[in-house]
Amino acid sequence: MPNVWVWADVEPDGSASSALELLVKGRQLGDEVVAIAFGPGAAASVAELGEHGATVVHASDDEALAEPTGRVAAHTLAALIAEARPDLILFPSSYRARDVAGRLQAILGSTLVANAFDLPTADRARAEILGGTTIVDVSMDGPTPHLVLLRPGSFEPEAVGGTAQAAAVTTVVPDGFEPVHVAEHRDAAAAGPSLDGAKVVLAGGRGLGGPDGFHLLEELAAAIGDAAIGASRAAVDAGWVPYTMQIGQTGATVKPEVYLAAGISGALQHAVGMKGSRRIVAITKDPEAPILRMADLGVVGDLFQVLPALTEEVRRRTGR
Amino acid sequence: MNVVALVKWVPEPQGVPTLGDDHRLVRDGADGALDPGDEYGLERALQLVERDGGEVVAVSMGPEVAAAAVQRALAMGADRGLLVTDDRLRGADTLVTARVLAAAIRSCGPVDLVLAAVESTDGYSGTLPVAVAELLGFPTVTFATDLDVVDGVLRADRQTSTGTDVVTCQLPALATVTTGVAEPRYPSLKGVMAAKSKPFERLSVADLEGLEDATTQATQSISAVEPAAEKSGGRVVDAGPDTAKEIADLLQEARVI
Repeated sequence: MPNVWVWADVEPDGSASSALELLVKGRQLGDEVVAIAFGPGAAASVAELGEHGATVVHASDDEALAEPTGRVAAHTLAALIAEARPDLILFPSSYRARDVAGRLQAILGSTLVANAFDLPTADRARAEILGGTTIVDVSMDGPTPHLVLLRPGSFEPEAVGGTAQAAAVTTVVPDGFEPVHVAEHRDAAAAGPSLDGAKVVLAGGRGLGGPDGFHLLEELAAAIGDAAIGASRAAVDAGWVPYTMQIGQTGATVKPEVYLAAGISGALQHAVGMKGSRRIVAITKDPEAPILRMADLGVVGDLFQVLPALTEEVRRRTGR
Repeated sequence: MNVVALVKWVPEPQGVPTLGDDHRLVRDGADGALDPGDEYGLERALQLVERDGGEVVAVSMGPEVAAAAVQRALAMGADRGLLVTDDRLRGADTLVTARVLAAAIRSCGPVDLVLAAVESTDGYSGTLPVAVAELLGFPTVTFATDLDVVDGVLRADRQTSTGTDVVTCQLPALATVTTGVAEPRYPSLKGVMAAKSKPFERLSVADLEGLEDATTQATQSISAVEPAAEKSGGRVVDAGPDTAKEIADLLQEARVI
């Protein structure tokens, strides 16, 4: 059985939600799954990772492992890999995981596949290409460990009730390491769940008419539960919502189970950020909008009527 | 200050891309263009060099048709172009591409800053620029929405999942930029004409140091291809009394409510 590791993006509060679904796939492919938890919150994440199937967690709260370039994390991980020789490492598709995995690939000379949604075997990754029209199996035959970044929502997290053993980590700072300093952090005004990993994304565009239009999406999000709010570049450029909500080439790339676009035309710039979504619903008054061609369900009509009616219907079903 | 802008030729975004018998994207003879996402980093590079002096080099890897992307960069104002093109690189994966681009950047002479898009419009793996940086030993600032160089120090606004970090680092460095970083200029007729006489070097693998057959061998290949399942609904309806129910049904099928 292959030796499978899972990269956990840990938050300072100890949560590592994007790793939980990866542990499900890890346990299917390997006997035991080892998780990697680097940076503040790592020690606190061991219990949750164990409960979801990790048997060992290499955990370290060292701040250096959370530095912005991912370089210290990648070199530290490379040292662990040299000792334990895993066959496969699964990563979520977050900003941070991309930075670490990309650097790790360069250090190790190993194969990397991004945007995968499944692994039929430990050396085959399955991904959608060409705008989601084609599914390919990519055979990975370079040196191990193979590195695979998986789309959020590819698997259903499952608590199996185990406990993980915490294993020590020795931070490795590469020679000539040049740090990136964070001089200041500005929090975005946006509230609610983050776009990264949300099962449902409700996105608004120019058709919402102004910042108040986003309240319609907030109400629907509250009725659904696990739903994040996003926006098109047009809505962000107009100053209606903060930049962190932007989806598209400029902003975030999301791949939720359901993507609902309200008042968005679906220009290529936007499509790049959401075309990987499993199901797409579009509500627009423009029957020529490109988003309708991407949609599983396209609704041509007045979103100011459709959205409140939908919120009502969802409330009736969820009781929220 | 010398800035390298990484540029990529991508198949025409409006066209229909196809896979050949070898399961590789058909690039030869296909319509294509400079990746629109690359124009933002290139524009910022041009602005920095116009203000502080130095040169902008547009660096690319691809088949001969990719020369069009470099030409476009030259027409926008890059001082010189470099395209690594070699039959041996057909089917190159991200690792091979990173190695080739790192070697190409090293061949450019002293480089202070490398700018690239956050991800390409066609492959969108988003890991290539950091792999190049690792091979060069450079620090990285990914997801820069704004960046400047002041007294030899890179200062950037970096988009994070919770907001914006204002970060600084020493040069040389590599940054990946979003479209917020600059508004790309449209090449002028004069720029297009001038581009024809600018230095444009084409290199093969053998011309670059540190590359051998072993380091240019792709470590992955497409072993099976099937069309994605037809969309379950894939239909467009006019809003009506059943619309809310229909969307709610879809949410329920997707098991999100």
